[in-house]
Amino acid sequence: MDAASLAAYAALFLTAAVKAGTPLLYATLGETITERSGNLNLGVEGMMLMGAVAGFQFGLITRNPLFALTAAMLAASLGSLIFAFLTVTLRANQVVSGLSLTIFGAGIAGFIGQKLSGQVVPASVKAWFYPVKIPLLGDIPGIGQILFNHDILIYLSYMLAIGLGIYLFNTRKGLNLRAVGENPAAADAAGIGVSLYKYVHILAGGALCGLGGAYLSLVYVPAWQENITAGRGWIAVALVIFVAWNPYKALLGAFFFGGLDILGLYLQKFDIKVSQYIINMLPYIVTILVLVFTSIKKSKENAPPKALGVPYFREDR
Amino acid sequence: MNRQTYIQLQNITKSFGTVVANSKIDLSVHKGEIHALLGENGSGKSTLMNVLSGIYTPDSGSIIIDGREVCFKSPADSIAMGIGMVHQHFKLVEVLSAKENIIIGQKGNFFINQKRLSEQIGKLARKLGLDIDPDKKVYNMSVGEKQTVEILKVLYRGAEILILDEPTAVLTPQETQKLFDIMRKMREMGCAVIIITHKLNEVMEISDRITVLRKGEAVATLDKSATNINELTELMVGRPVDLSIKRLENQKKETILKVSNLTLVDDDNVKVLQNVSFDLSKGEILGVAGVAGSGQKELCEAIAGLYEVYSGDIRYEGESLVGKTPREIIKKGVSMSFIPEDRLGMGLVASMDIVDNLLLKDYQNHKGFLIDRKPLKEKAEQLVKRLDIKTPGVNHPVKQLSGGNIQKVLLGRELDSNPHLLITAYPVRGLDIGASYTIYDLLNEQKAKDVAILYIGEDLDVLMELCDRIMVLCNGEITGIVDAAKVTKEELGLMMAGVCLEKIKGGSSYA
Amino acid sequence: MLRISKRTDLTKKQYIQLRLAAVIMALFTSGIFILIMGQNPAAIYFAMLQGAFGSFYGLRETIIMTIPLVITSLGISTAFKMKFWNIGAEGQIYMGAFAASYFALNHHDMPKPFLLLVMAAASIAGGGLWALIPGFFKARFGTNETLFTLMMNYIAIKWITYLQYGPWKDPNAKGFPIIAAFKETAILPGFMGIHIGLIIALALVALMHIFMYHTKKGYEISVIGESENTARYAGMNVKKIIVAAILLSGGLCGLAGMIQASGVHGTLSVDVSGGIGYTAIITTWLGQLSPALIMLVSFLFAALVQGGSYIQTVFQIPQAAASILQGMILFFVLGSEFFIQYKINFKKEGI
Repeated sequence: MDAASLAAYAALFLTAAVKAGTPLLYATLGETITERSGNLNLGVEGMMLMGAVAGFQFGLITRNPLFALTAAMLAASLGSLIFAFLTVTLRANQVVSGLSLTIFGAGIAGFIGQKLSGQVVPASVKAWFYPVKIPLLGDIPGIGQILFNHDILIYLSYMLAIGLGIYLFNTRKGLNLRAVGENPAAADAAGIGVSLYKYVHILAGGALCGLGGAYLSLVYVPAWQENITAGRGWIAVALVIFVAWNPYKALLGAFFFGGLDILGLYLQKFDIKVSQYIINMLPYIVTILVLVFTSIKKSKENAPPKALGVPYFREDR
Repeated sequence: MNRQTYIQLQNITKSFGTVVANSKIDLSVHKGEIHALLGENGSGKSTLMNVLSGIYTPDSGSIIIDGREVCFKSPADSIAMGIGMVHQHFKLVEVLSAKENIIIGQKGNFFINQKRLSEQIGKLARKLGLDIDPDKKVYNMSVGEKQTVEILKVLYRGAEILILDEPTAVLTPQETQKLFDIMRKMREMGCAVIIITHKLNEVMEISDRITVLRKGEAVATLDKSATNINELTELMVGRPVDLSIKRLENQKKETILKVSNLTLVDDDNVKVLQNVSFDLSKGEILGVAGVAGSGQKELCEAIAGLYEVYSGDIRYEGESLVGKTPREIIKKGVSMSFIPEDRLGMGLVASMDIVDNLLLKDYQNHKGFLIDRKPLKEKAEQLVKRLDIKTPGVNHPVKQLSGGNIQKVLLGRELDSNPHLLITAYPVRGLDIGASYTIYDLLNEQKAKDVAILYIGEDLDVLMELCDRIMVLCNGEITGIVDAAKVTKEELGLMMAGVCLEKIKGGSSYA
Repeated sequence: MLRISKRTDLTKKQYIQLRLAAVIMALFTSGIFILIMGQNPAAIYFAMLQGAFGSFYGLRETIIMTIPLVITSLGISTAFKMKFWNIGAEGQIYMGAFAASYFALNHHDMPKPFLLLVMAAASIAGGGLWALIPGFFKARFGTNETLFTLMMNYIAIKWITYLQYGPWKDPNAKGFPIIAAFKETAILPGFMGIHIGLIIALALVALMHIFMYHTKKGYEISVIGESENTARYAGMNVKKIIVAAILLSGGLCGLAGMIQASGVHGTLSVDVSGGIGYTAIITTWLGQLSPALIMLVSFLFAALVQGGSYIQTVFQIPQAAASILQGMILFFVLGSEFFIQYKINFKKEGI
């Protein structure tokens, strides 16, 4: 293969990586703001599945993408509402609550999805998600094709990542959110409504996970298949750690993990015999490495929110 | 001065489970006064102020601010009424900077203007004569700096009622004076300042009026000018007490512990103890004074074999302890107990009962794999009887006992092993006066039995009365070893702040 | 206005009542769901009971499912007791099964009892070492073990998938991606129509009970769980004990993996665990780390799963419905924990 076609092939791969990373990005952003509020929701996989199935079902019924996406967000938020009620109001164990949500969400998706197997997304919905080239930006050689020749949901995910980054690091509300996740007692004493912050961000986080799921069923596949998320929810949990709870880094991290997801496929062309299953291990291995390095460096900035997983009760003595 | 009543608490009752922390308390505070809330540990001072700052909801009673009855559902409501509290355990977010901590929870523009914020805070700090770097992260701060941030946080909100919970516990005498200056400034500005404390001399120095709490009840409110330390003590304790601790005279006996040039480094290779040398003889109490975190804990742990020695030597009865395991050192008759700030957590297992806690130092003497609890149960019952520990039974979790009884269990167990060297850090932490004196008596009893005691303490008055000599640590270095009977508190304060004894005394040492 | 406070006065009777109320409310809520589906909830619940206990076959399946759940939960409880939040049981099961399978596939000419012992030892080592990796980093650097062990699960599953689709694929399987079945020498002997794992599980429950409450090591583990500092001050070698306990924790999970491969599936596959590692976290936690309670909860949970698959065949309700029911019951039981820990007082506004 000569240099030019190699470059073209690489661009093709990177374009696909962005697309494969998009459902991960949505879920990662969702889980990031959830964990920033101090709640570890391991129900991402369940919420993505709920979003995927609700989005697909409503897409079929209404043939309207906006209704479909709204349904996806609502369904997943409903799942996260259960989680929020259990862990915030009732102070239940977060790990067990999250795992239960995954069981529940998979059940709902399997139950509804049973009748959807093999169906495809209606053309009227699909048409909304054709790639649109962005003027000027899309014409930049290389980068234009990789980043700015995509469907509308991908552009939305860029804006969300940047928007959430600004929210988290440059606004008062974002500062309050970080305080809640780090030290809820301090936040409470400073007059921040700790429970309200947790609820809002867990629900919003759920909605984003739902969008990630809907991207899979409506755009990425775009048809219904059983267990459509195939563990992407768990990859998102890993990604949150990998990007150190930072929405900006999530943007890059998601595309990196998206690339790993499809790497095996693209390597076949070079006669490189690396099993896709081995490549599939990489996201988890790099995440572990990141986890280990941050703990060795004792980095305070990249460490998990301090109160992650700990229920808060004001009158604890 | 404005003498109108600004804050009025009426009939406040608050209980936790079966423990009544506040019972029908009345309190009124004026504008422009410094009001001291005096009481022993566990008398309900902090609980009452947590009620006023909206953290606890009272079971009954009412709060009237500036003539209006208010009902606080959360700290936000209390802040809105101009109340600000500096908690004993700081409520700061470690990874955030000073200025971020100051503005959390505050209303304002959606976006944060970093530059203007720094200017605002700098201005406020200068007005109050405080020194602060707005961009410094809290995890890089000293205790004093953290307290400054807490105070600024409250004042930035324009609080007119400032509550300080045991603010001097972590400060040197000199830093305390600085804090008192700020409090006086606030009084001049017309604020109401409430200070929670159990230190009588501070009360007499700073306050205008004093409310004394005892066992959850308000027993009296007095003008400072119309009272004295003896009256206050009697009100606090409920009976006349003799506040002097008797010091058993000891003749110089043989040295049991000799520490020479001990240097310790932490994980980041920072020296936490530097060239520390001292010796301790049988039947002597050597006190260790210093601001919290000056290396006291590391020193205790090094002797007990829990902290790796970087250089130097520790000789106990002529034999080096360096490199020995904690188990071997315990077997040689060295007992170490450390009461951390949360009081449980080192030495005792909160959720276990007295029997299982006695087991802690005993189980390794059992043969085989299994544990036999029977003999320990008898031992536990004896201990309860001998030290008059109040508990429903020896199988009751220790965390449900009162602080004094918990410490009796701990010290009782340590003494039970008949140590030759007793290292005890903050043994009266959180205890009321009566219980503290029981502990001092226990220590003196050991001293009479020729046990050598290394006593790490907080209260300088107690150190000066109980100990034979006092060693002062500052930033891991010894700034002086002095005769407890001859030193003054001011001198100790200067040494704690890092001024060497030689400088104070013009080169003449009198230890 | 509601006021919430911690409670300390709960009696055993109230405790059981609260738990039962939670399950009943879950069944009630799920009942509404079933009604909406157009089925009779009472009939479905009855059928579930019948499916789980009503026949020898059903009971047998329930017990077969209980066995790995109990053993894995015992393993997890050892780590949880130490406040080491090991949620990596799933991976430890797979790695235990993998290590055992290595001997089963390559050394099946050994005498049966000997081979089985070797497999058991290998599975304990496999699961234990897999748990030790996050354990080491936790003990050495304080690396967050919840997230670490979670990641280790996925690596283990991908590894088994790789083996099944790659190097260990049975060449005689006509291209199907399966690993060759174990030879007879590597299969667990039967016991009362089930397999000998039943005895192992029961014995382990008894042993772990004694271990936790009556041995020095068990005592040390509970002290460390409460406070590492206290343990250090008592002269315990904290790191050594942590490492030993984590090896035990992972080892038990690994053993569960071997029992599944050798006693149930007859070979190694990506379905060898099928989520037992996660379910066991739930049963461990609901069983409050007590071996006896864990056994009870695991049995009930297995019955729920077994009953769920029974109604699938009888009522043509998708298996997913059983997951929904499972989730629902868990939500309610989790919620009931609140009423066990806290008391709610009603009082009038504005006192």
